[in-house]
Amino acid sequence: MLRDILHTLRPACLMLVVLSLLTGLAYPALVTGLAQVLFPRQADGSLIGKGGHVAGSSLIGQPFASSAYFWGRPSATSPQPYNAAASGGSNLGPTNPAQLKSVAERAAALRKANADGPVPAELVTASASGLDPHISPTAALYQAGRVARERGLPEEVVRGLITRRAEGRQLGFLGEERVNVLLLNRDLDSLAATGQNGGNRP
Amino acid sequence: MTTSTDFMQLGLFLLALLALSWPLGGYMAAVLEGRNHPLARILGWLERGLYRVCGVDPTREMDWKEYALAMFLFNVAGFAVLYLLLRVQGLLPLNPDGQTGMAPDLAFNTAMSFITNTNWQAYSGENAASHLTQMLGLTVHNFVSAATGIAVLTALIRGLIRRETRELGNFWTDLVRSTLYILLPLAFVLSLALCWQGVPQTFRGTVNATLAEPVVYEIAPGADALKTDPALKPTPAIATQQAIMRGPMASQEAIKELGTNGGGFFNANSAHPFENPTPLSNFLEMLAILLIPAALCHTFGRMVGDARQGWMLLGAMTALFLGFLALCWWAESQGSPQIAAIIGTPAGNMEGKELRFGVMNSALFATITTATSCGAVNTMHDSLTPLGGLVPMVLMQLGEVVFGGVGSGLYGMVVFAVITVFVAGLMVGRTPEYLGKKIEAFETKMCSLVIMVPLFGVLLGTGWAVLTGMGRGAVANPGAHGFSEILYAFSSMANNNGSAFAGLSANNALYNLLGGIVMCTSRFWTAIPVLALAGSLAGKKAVPTGAGTLPTHTPLFCGLLVAVVLVVGALTFIPALALGPIVEHLQMLGR
Repeated sequence: MLRDILHTLRPACLMLVVLSLLTGLAYPALVTGLAQVLFPRQADGSLIGKGGHVAGSSLIGQPFASSAYFWGRPSATSPQPYNAAASGGSNLGPTNPAQLKSVAERAAALRKANADGPVPAELVTASASGLDPHISPTAALYQAGRVARERGLPEEVVRGLITRRAEGRQLGFLGEERVNVLLLNRDLDSLAATGQNGGNRP
Repeated sequence: MTTSTDFMQLGLFLLALLALSWPLGGYMAAVLEGRNHPLARILGWLERGLYRVCGVDPTREMDWKEYALAMFLFNVAGFAVLYLLLRVQGLLPLNPDGQTGMAPDLAFNTAMSFITNTNWQAYSGENAASHLTQMLGLTVHNFVSAATGIAVLTALIRGLIRRETRELGNFWTDLVRSTLYILLPLAFVLSLALCWQGVPQTFRGTVNATLAEPVVYEIAPGADALKTDPALKPTPAIATQQAIMRGPMASQEAIKELGTNGGGFFNANSAHPFENPTPLSNFLEMLAILLIPAALCHTFGRMVGDARQGWMLLGAMTALFLGFLALCWWAESQGSPQIAAIIGTPAGNMEGKELRFGVMNSALFATITTATSCGAVNTMHDSLTPLGGLVPMVLMQLGEVVFGGVGSGLYGMVVFAVITVFVAGLMVGRTPEYLGKKIEAFETKMCSLVIMVPLFGVLLGTGWAVLTGMGRGAVANPGAHGFSEILYAFSSMANNNGSAFAGLSANNALYNLLGGIVMCTSRFWTAIPVLALAGSLAGKKAVPTGAGTLPTHTPLFCGLLVAVVLVVGALTFIPALALGPIVEHLQMLGR
């Protein structure tokens, strides 16, 4: 038995080495090389911003608290919300009193800032990654009145921005309709910067 | 709310799976039988080179003990190297974010987890693994643990089709061919597709972005500081930057799904917008998880010379899968009545879900990832509704045979088929046969082992953890849900799945060590009995089919197989499930 083990150990170790080089170095290196040529923007993280200045990634959500910005999903990352160096959800169960309490608090805050009545579910529940960049068009329109008021813009202008940023289901049937909150808020800021319609930055 | 588009997505998904698994199944049969195929003409030199370097004679046949020894030693070597790598990663190159070595218990758990195709992660990828570890450690085992599964399955198929021989093939050729001709080409294509959708693939590290609006937050004082001064207040802080972590993700993401591994680059796994940026990437990832396990059913049919046998196994898996999917999807669409009352409108459960996927694609992913032994998640399972969370738990507890892991799922299902012919044989008083081989005492014993070992792992592990303070102290949610977290953890580790009710703080000595042992026994104490079964079957004569033979390709047999899988699972786990998700569901309705 011992002889069998010693006899098999050599190919076992060598096989591990060569397969490691193949799948652990050659494969990722080859994919990286091709990806950097074929899809350079995506391969580097879909970064946005001009020159050397990085303003974020179009795939990663950012926290917005000011009333003049659209708010995204609640984020349970720690210590600060939308911490891209520590993704994760709240992991609260549906019957946990702490969960029901935070949902009630978020709903009350949203009703106070926007309007009474039904609140979009994704605005009171934390996302899985804590970095969800999207809300539904419904949840964006729900906030349009507030944002327009805070910025001194006509509500149709704000609604127009939402319609322009809204993405349909991918290929017409996949996933959900959504609006990227960071990109939408950047639209608001560039509108203010160009001074159209007298909009002002917060 | 369920819409017709949801049904269309599901229908197209199943159609795509069906359409791709048939040709892939045939191709894999060609690869595993060593027949000529186009890729062998292109990469044949590499395959022969690998054998030469390792001093392996690819024509030499092994008996079941040699095969098992080669399989086991290869994995032992993999464990040792990975453990070392995790311990010393801080001193090695390709570490742009300065990760340090893992603690011994965490490194033990992680190494065990990745060699066993479990990918249970007691660490979070963001702050525990360097790029070198992700590639040379974790990605490698994503490949070879899946290839090991295919190899063991192939040996079992040879045991069924060969007669009066001890020879089961050569582990090294099965390993190399599975890696080189099946996993690598698929992973290569998928990783580029994922990168196109937005998954990063770079050796550069973290980039700091300036936030559009600075965020004010509080840093809670540490537990130790609070002990000395309970009056400590949280410190206010302000963040103006967002650290965006990057790395060679697409290459790892692809094999993570294809090999039913599930170990994510990030803590949030496939819910992270970098790991799974769009609905299309989500569609491809779900397809990738199911593709090889489904296609192997056809490979089985081709290799045993009766395609209907493969269809029967695929049918049983699909029937179980659709039943559980319906329950999970329904429960998640209903959401929680308490939250509906607060927000003033009925809504699906969105806690722990990403908006781009919504309820349907999250429920579908949760069902797929636990029907197979993948364990990648695009939704936080801990925040699923009680019945929505029961589905992943039960799918794992059934022994990961509903599609299951790459290779391991099908050999588990074949074991259940053997048990089914045994049970049917008892009913009519005839010696049971499967595919022309008599099933006798030794085969039945090996099959029982394969089924029983993970069951013991789940129940004994859970029992041990709830009896200790360290085990109970790790739970995040109160009451029945807390028990579910522990039950889920051991269901996952003992069936080599790797997903979690992630509120559980599993990075402590108890979960790391006990979990590591459970993962190891469940993987190898099933793979080795399967090889013993294969060896015993190979030595038998073929019995001619007679009037009394139970045909194993019929819908009747398929129904019987489904029933046996469900009854074994139900008898074992209903008491435990009653204490966790079932009681929580009643509490949610009764509140």
